[in-house]
Amino acid sequence: MTESRLHLTRRRLLQGGATALLAAPMLNRAWAQEATQINMLAWYGHAEPDIVAEFEAANNVKFVPKYYAGGDNMLALISQSPPGTYDLILSDAEFVQQLNAAGYIEKMDPSLYPFDDFYPEFQKFPGHWTDDTLWSVMVRYGLLGVSYNTDALTREEAMSYNAYWNPKVAGKVGHFDWHLPTLGQISLLNGNKSPTPWDIDSAAWEAVKEKTLSLKPQVGGYFDYGGTFSSLKNGEMLAMVGIGDWITGVLAKDGAKVDSVIPEEGGIQWTESYSIGAGTSKHEIINKFISYMLSPEGQVKSIQMAAYPGLSPTKSGWKAIQAANPDEAKRSGLIEGADNDPIKLFREGRIFYRDTPKQQTLEDWNDFWSDYKSA
Amino acid sequence: MITSRKLDLYPILWRLPLLVWQGLFFVVPLAFMAAMSFWLVKNYRMEPAFVFDNWSRMLGRGAFWDAYWLTLGRAALAGVLATVIAFPASLFLSFRLSESARRFALLCLIVPFFTSFLVRAYAWQVILAESGPVNAVLGAAGLGPFTMLNSGFGAMVGYLTLVLPLVVIFQTWSLAAIDKNLIEAAGNLGAAPLRVLGSVIIPAAKTGLVLGAVFAFIMTFGDFVSPFYLGGSKPPTLTILIIDTTKSGQQWPRAAVVAIVMILTLFAVATAALKAAYGRRG
Repeated sequence: MTESRLHLTRRRLLQGGATALLAAPMLNRAWAQEATQINMLAWYGHAEPDIVAEFEAANNVKFVPKYYAGGDNMLALISQSPPGTYDLILSDAEFVQQLNAAGYIEKMDPSLYPFDDFYPEFQKFPGHWTDDTLWSVMVRYGLLGVSYNTDALTREEAMSYNAYWNPKVAGKVGHFDWHLPTLGQISLLNGNKSPTPWDIDSAAWEAVKEKTLSLKPQVGGYFDYGGTFSSLKNGEMLAMVGIGDWITGVLAKDGAKVDSVIPEEGGIQWTESYSIGAGTSKHEIINKFISYMLSPEGQVKSIQMAAYPGLSPTKSGWKAIQAANPDEAKRSGLIEGADNDPIKLFREGRIFYRDTPKQQTLEDWNDFWSDYKSA
Repeated sequence: MITSRKLDLYPILWRLPLLVWQGLFFVVPLAFMAAMSFWLVKNYRMEPAFVFDNWSRMLGRGAFWDAYWLTLGRAALAGVLATVIAFPASLFLSFRLSESARRFALLCLIVPFFTSFLVRAYAWQVILAESGPVNAVLGAAGLGPFTMLNSGFGAMVGYLTLVLPLVVIFQTWSLAAIDKNLIEAAGNLGAAPLRVLGSVIIPAAKTGLVLGAVFAFIMTFGDFVSPFYLGGSKPPTLTILIIDTTKSGQQWPRAAVVAIVMILTLFAVATAALKAAYGRRG
């Protein structure tokens, strides 16, 4: 028996050879250089496979995300981590200068990014630059307005923020649980457009508070990211304050009867931008990734991001999505001259960049938000 | 002397891991949190200090006290409801089932804890939704639809989901341990069933009943999932206030104030309850 076991037959030789052949790629992979880890601080979805898988495979890197919801939440997370924890930070534009002031981000080299391809509105985006020093590069943006259930409200009814007070949605108005977009919308409704809805004096701030408190009887709940999706989808909420197509666009693809419009009083722009985390040693690969995301290929991914859609700041991004997915280009208005063309809305003066409060502190706004929730 | 020292060391050795564990992971963090409640936050960064700003600011806010009384009231209600709802079931398990059947029933009560509470809360969202099965059944009977989610009712459903199995287990252990001869003797002496329940069974099972209620209170008082995912944060409880305070503005010191007030409240309630549970039996 022992002898026969040791005896090398032709079949065994072939079996052994085949096994070795099949195992070779695994061995090869094990010997290969381990993937470089890129720690990313971002809104949910930015390091998911639909966005980064191809880049990871082509460049032997691995993104490790830490996700947050809301700029305050991001600042809280980053301030709890030692310097150098995050290589790449995706921030809301209005928080970039706070990141800069706290020393969390590094200067960037403008020559590395395709600013010529950007629409002029975004080339020197407020908050991204101090004089000629660049701190952050816009990768996508979106518009916030009135998001509503199309069975409950008509488009015409939704064309004003007064829709939140409509008796048809009594007790069914939800809040995305973040003060900046909500109070910004109420400020717009109160007519605070010049200079911005966030740059208001104390009388205007008191009026915003009063108007917001008058909405309380209509309110059905306060929701985080997941709760906002589910409450709109299952019809528990019929209108949602402080959001836009980034939520309803995803739900509508799933067949939910929801939509978002930019009302007469104006809409709010959210802006997501990449910054380089202070203390990182991976500049080359991070810059390569940012360039990739700003390329037509990256922009097509960003526009259609599975977690939530976004608009493209680059002209080539618009062309690319028109070719790759004409329906999405039409739906999101990334066609020059279309009714919902965001650049047209900008030029009509109907869009305001979401910002932090200028004449009050962020704490004042936040405290009022807590008071409002428990009122 | 040598022998007695050896005898002393032995139990200490066994108790040491628990003491070290509690010291490292409860006492030290608690002391740190207490110290932190006097710190300051500047530019989203905490700075060690010794100021009373956080205390005066939090305790001086109407929103804090609204949340405090709401949380206290809800936790007390959950404790009472869980005790009342669980009691008939516990009586049945204790006096009507064989020991093996009771053991199996208690095992079944532990099964819900195999699933994350968050997942169970999400399941309730589907069940309680206006388009959900409860409203469908009520609708067939010509009732509703009722708004159950994002309300105090929704939050209470979550609280009871969290605590009911545990309260039944506490009560059953306590009831099953009652000497059945006492119940028989009361009956033989002519006591009506309700009198037996009120004068014999409940006093004898007092410890388990009180401990069940106080556990329900403690777990509900500190629960975040039910008021957030089923109550729609409307209005916010202390746990939601802690989240709001930390999420925005990095105000951990102020959140520490809320947490310390919560701990003190729980400590007072638990002490009073233990006194009631183990006090002289009347």
